[in-house]
Amino acid sequence: MLILGPLGFAAPWVLGALVALPVLWVILRAMPPAPKRIVFPGVALLQGLTDKSPVARRTPWWLLLLRLLAVAALILAFAGPVWKPAPRDDATGPLLVVMDTGWAAAPEWAARQARAEAALADAATAGRPAALVMADARPIAGSIAFQPADSLIAALRAARPVAWQSGLVSGASTSLADAPQGRLSTLWLADGTDYPGRADWLGQLTGMGPVTVIPPTGALRTLALQDGQMPTLILRGTTDAASQVEAIGPDPQGIPRALAQLTPDAPETSAGITTRRVAIDLPPELRNRITSFRIQGDTHAGAVVLADDRVKRRKVALVGDPAEQSEAQELLSQVHYLRQALAPTSDLIEGSLGDVLDAAPDVIILADQVQLAEIGELAEWVEQGGLLVRFGGPRMAGYDRLDQEPLLPVDLRQGGRDIGGALSWGEPRGIKPFDQDGPFAGLRIPDDVTVRAQLMAQPAPDLAGKTIAALTDDTPLMTRDRLGQGQVVLVHVTANAEWSSLPLSELFVQMMQRLVATAGAAARNGGADDRQLPFWTPVEVLDGFGNAAAVEGLAPVPAAQMAQGPGADRPAGIYVAGERQQALNAGGPITLADWPEASVARPDATTGRDLMGLLLACAAVLLALDAVGSAWLGRGGRVAAVMLALALLPRPAAMAQDLDPDLIRAANEVALAYVVTGDERIDTASEQGLRGLSATLRQRSSVEPGAPIGVDLDSDDLSLLTFLYWPITPDQPAPSPRAYMRLNAFLRSGGVIMFDTRDGDVAGVGGPDMSDTLQALAAPLDIPPLAPIPQDHVLTRTFYLLDDFPGRWRGNPVWVEAPPVGAQAAEGNPFRQLNDGVSPVIIGGNSWAEAWAIDDDGYPVFPIGSGWEGEEQREMALRFGVNLITYVLTGNYKSDQVHVPALLDRLRTEEALTR
Amino acid sequence: MIGKPSDLRTRADAASAHLPALMLASERLAAMIAPGAHGLRRAGPGEDFWQYRPAGVGDGARSIDWRRSARSDTEFVRDREAQSAQTAQIWLSPSPDMDFSGGPDRPTKAERGRVLALALGMLLLRGGEKVGLLGQAAGTGRLQADRLAEALCRPAPADFPLTELRPDRHVLILSDFLSDPGWIAQALQRAAGLGVRGIAVQILDPDEENFPFEGAVEFRAPAAATRHDSRDAQGLRDAYLARLAARRDWLRERCAQAGWQFDHHVTSDDPAQILGRIWAVLGPKGVH
Repeated sequence: MLILGPLGFAAPWVLGALVALPVLWVILRAMPPAPKRIVFPGVALLQGLTDKSPVARRTPWWLLLLRLLAVAALILAFAGPVWKPAPRDDATGPLLVVMDTGWAAAPEWAARQARAEAALADAATAGRPAALVMADARPIAGSIAFQPADSLIAALRAARPVAWQSGLVSGASTSLADAPQGRLSTLWLADGTDYPGRADWLGQLTGMGPVTVIPPTGALRTLALQDGQMPTLILRGTTDAASQVEAIGPDPQGIPRALAQLTPDAPETSAGITTRRVAIDLPPELRNRITSFRIQGDTHAGAVVLADDRVKRRKVALVGDPAEQSEAQELLSQVHYLRQALAPTSDLIEGSLGDVLDAAPDVIILADQVQLAEIGELAEWVEQGGLLVRFGGPRMAGYDRLDQEPLLPVDLRQGGRDIGGALSWGEPRGIKPFDQDGPFAGLRIPDDVTVRAQLMAQPAPDLAGKTIAALTDDTPLMTRDRLGQGQVVLVHVTANAEWSSLPLSELFVQMMQRLVATAGAAARNGGADDRQLPFWTPVEVLDGFGNAAAVEGLAPVPAAQMAQGPGADRPAGIYVAGERQQALNAGGPITLADWPEASVARPDATTGRDLMGLLLACAAVLLALDAVGSAWLGRGGRVAAVMLALALLPRPAAMAQDLDPDLIRAANEVALAYVVTGDERIDTASEQGLRGLSATLRQRSSVEPGAPIGVDLDSDDLSLLTFLYWPITPDQPAPSPRAYMRLNAFLRSGGVIMFDTRDGDVAGVGGPDMSDTLQALAAPLDIPPLAPIPQDHVLTRTFYLLDDFPGRWRGNPVWVEAPPVGAQAAEGNPFRQLNDGVSPVIIGGNSWAEAWAIDDDGYPVFPIGSGWEGEEQREMALRFGVNLITYVLTGNYKSDQVHVPALLDRLRTEEALTR
Repeated sequence: MIGKPSDLRTRADAASAHLPALMLASERLAAMIAPGAHGLRRAGPGEDFWQYRPAGVGDGARSIDWRRSARSDTEFVRDREAQSAQTAQIWLSPSPDMDFSGGPDRPTKAERGRVLALALGMLLLRGGEKVGLLGQAAGTGRLQADRLAEALCRPAPADFPLTELRPDRHVLILSDFLSDPGWIAQALQRAAGLGVRGIAVQILDPDEENFPFEGAVEFRAPAAATRHDSRDAQGLRDAYLARLAARRDWLRERCAQAGWQFDHHVTSDDPAQILGRIWAVLGPKGVH
């Protein structure tokens, strides 16, 4: 880098190009722009003429100066100028680079790597030994060995942020014991958070030499899940800026995508950390599909919360006795305890079994119900993955055919047993500690929970395997069996406090939540019962960037470590033990790090101010001025002033969409339309023709069209029009594909286009393809097979009875949609039932518009034939026009002549009667 | 120039490829103008009925219209209207200058000239006239239109065939009249002497009509080596237009002296208009 005063140049050799500027000056002065070469037959007339105001051969000096300044600015810009570049590090001692490697470092990882690499490269150039410490919470074996700096670059490049917090677990003094002699300078690439061991290391390092800390430039935000009755997300950030939280899960096709956007609440700020709550306010169907939450736009593991069972809200149906609903007996109702236990964590529905089955719940809880009417549907629901929980009770105990009751995990003995009652032996029993691999593993059993009565299971070899909770005498408290993809659980006591004190304890709530959380788990991992050791196996883990990473090579995590959150070799992810699933999430409370006695580099001060963009902008402005100046010379001041004004004026704001008044009119009333061909004479004739036809229609029929509308096919909307007259001219440009799409939509929605080749079929080719132009224009249109108008076509009688369709010419065939093959005349009906709809196109060459055309005074514009005969032809042309428009507007109404014979008969009869 | 037969055939194919299009374009153009009845309004050889007159001395028995005569006591002779075919000759300038079009949206001057010539020829042929290119045999009938089209597509000698002018012919000259106009003065002088009437039509491209150039331009003629170098083409515009107007005035004056008509046409305009004007001069009304 070349330093000139406060200015540094990254690529100083580019400045050598400045030498070329004087040469450029000479060349620009000497070389006038080359003339255009134009072939022009009129040269003979130009011979001998002299230029009236010859343009200056030499470019004026100020224009030259402008250009040279622009080129100089470009050269300076590409030389990479930097205002007040970062001072070079002059230290000579060993260099220690400490890199925070936790997830918080992930957002700017590439920049951090580059910064560290630059420092190492500088150290390598200066021959300083260096060491690299990754603060990844893994212990450092022994003391750090200082090496030549360039040998560390490979390790640096290979490093990736980890999905847990940064950490320095080894003691600083032992690790740095082997530091070489000399003042140790430290470069600490911090991620901004405080973590264990940092203060210790910082104290040690500041004692050994200067410490430069490079803090992160961007803000850090983390997302965490707060447990509770209603799990919410906590968004913590070092800035106030809120960001949406995406809830990600599989869509109906199974492809993961953002299912919903969650908006954070109002912020609370304390100690530099802004905290926002994000309520997970989603319908249960959506909520249960969510696999993770992610702060929108953040790419680190702390911005991701993997959703485990805690996030899901199951739909639980409670079926109890309707009679128990009354308020006075609430504390006696079994359903009341269940409701209290489950309402915070699940969505409850209550009703009869038939009703709740229709709501497709995840769990159905039957409180002391036997002899169910819908037992068949219930069994089907369980087999498809439902969790059925049944509670015992007096009714079940007293049911005389209990051994035949279906949907029970174990066979029950009728009558149950009482323990510790007034008429029984023994004390009420407590609950045996839960199995470590069962669904209730780890729950603490309060001492005061006792059971006074229970349903007894028939002894069977598999009874122990089906028992998931037992009393201290090993009699079952809860049994479970799998049925299809679902499971049936029987709680051998009541859900109220009648048989046991369990429903009064906290344990009941926890057990019910655990139980409900296993819904759907049966299908997921059916055979995990034989796992003995309480280890959690990772099934899905994240890397430091918050993306999925490989789980291979990760050891199962002991349960004791799971409570500490993610850590070394325990990355954020989803862990499974037995039937239970737990997510470790990296995000959580963050504390900002402080750096006493260290020099904290300002992130923007390190690079200096880059002037390249500014100089490039200058060059662009100078070149624009040059263009204006050139235009001034070439065209005079007016054009240049206009250009200057155009350049300086802001663009006018886009106007609200203006509706074409013609189209508004077309929507209000009938208006005939014609295609504007670009040939002024023909367009005028079309306009006058349609005006003439409109006037005739007004006089003779109840159709009262407004003034005709000229339609530009490429830009105008056709949807409001019914009739389009399209004169074909030889050199008509073909409409754009978009216009053809609109035309086809117009034809499909009942519009009619009348093609007029206006040539009276002079070429004698005949047929609808008489003209190349017509063929080319109409080819992309959606046109049915055509035939000349048959004699019984409805066009011959919609208003007038016609047998020819003259315009300015006559006797030429006019083509419409061909009648259906095999159309037959009905009995007694002079006409066949032809087209059911209106022919979308009418093609002819009789130049109708010219026959219809009237001028402003209402007189015909174009002569037809000669004398009276011509006028008669004009009248017939007008009659054809009236027929045509009636046909276009009313369709095959006149073709509906099925009843004509009957009507005639009736008329005849009436006539006879009056006589 | 006689090349190899295959070469000749290729060129013939290329030349005839656009004949149908030319025919069609010209027919469509010709259809715009309805030829009126064209008779001499007197009895004579012809096809249309003119009048019945009492038979006189010298009328042969074969000429008596027996059907008419049977209704009265005297014999009648059926006269036909005299019709005479006039001969029109067309000359289209073969100069390379004519193969110029200033934009892709319009034909070259030569193409427009061919269409006009053929359309006029068709109109005249439909009226029963004899039509041919100047210097070639004139003929009648629909086949002559095909021959005319072929002749129009063939290369022709560059100079105006002064010696081919014949008395009492009608001549249409289509050219751009931009290069040295000496030949037209000679031609008009000779035509006036022979009693040849006609019309000279100047066909120009809009670029030639308006001179829309600006800046530094080097103008080159299509064929000749003439060129004009300008640093400020826009400044030349007025002078050029003045010269063009002067050339037109000169032509119009010369034509008027010879009893000819002069008209001009720009290729961006509808050819039907100029065809109508030519027809007004060369058609039956203009001739008689």
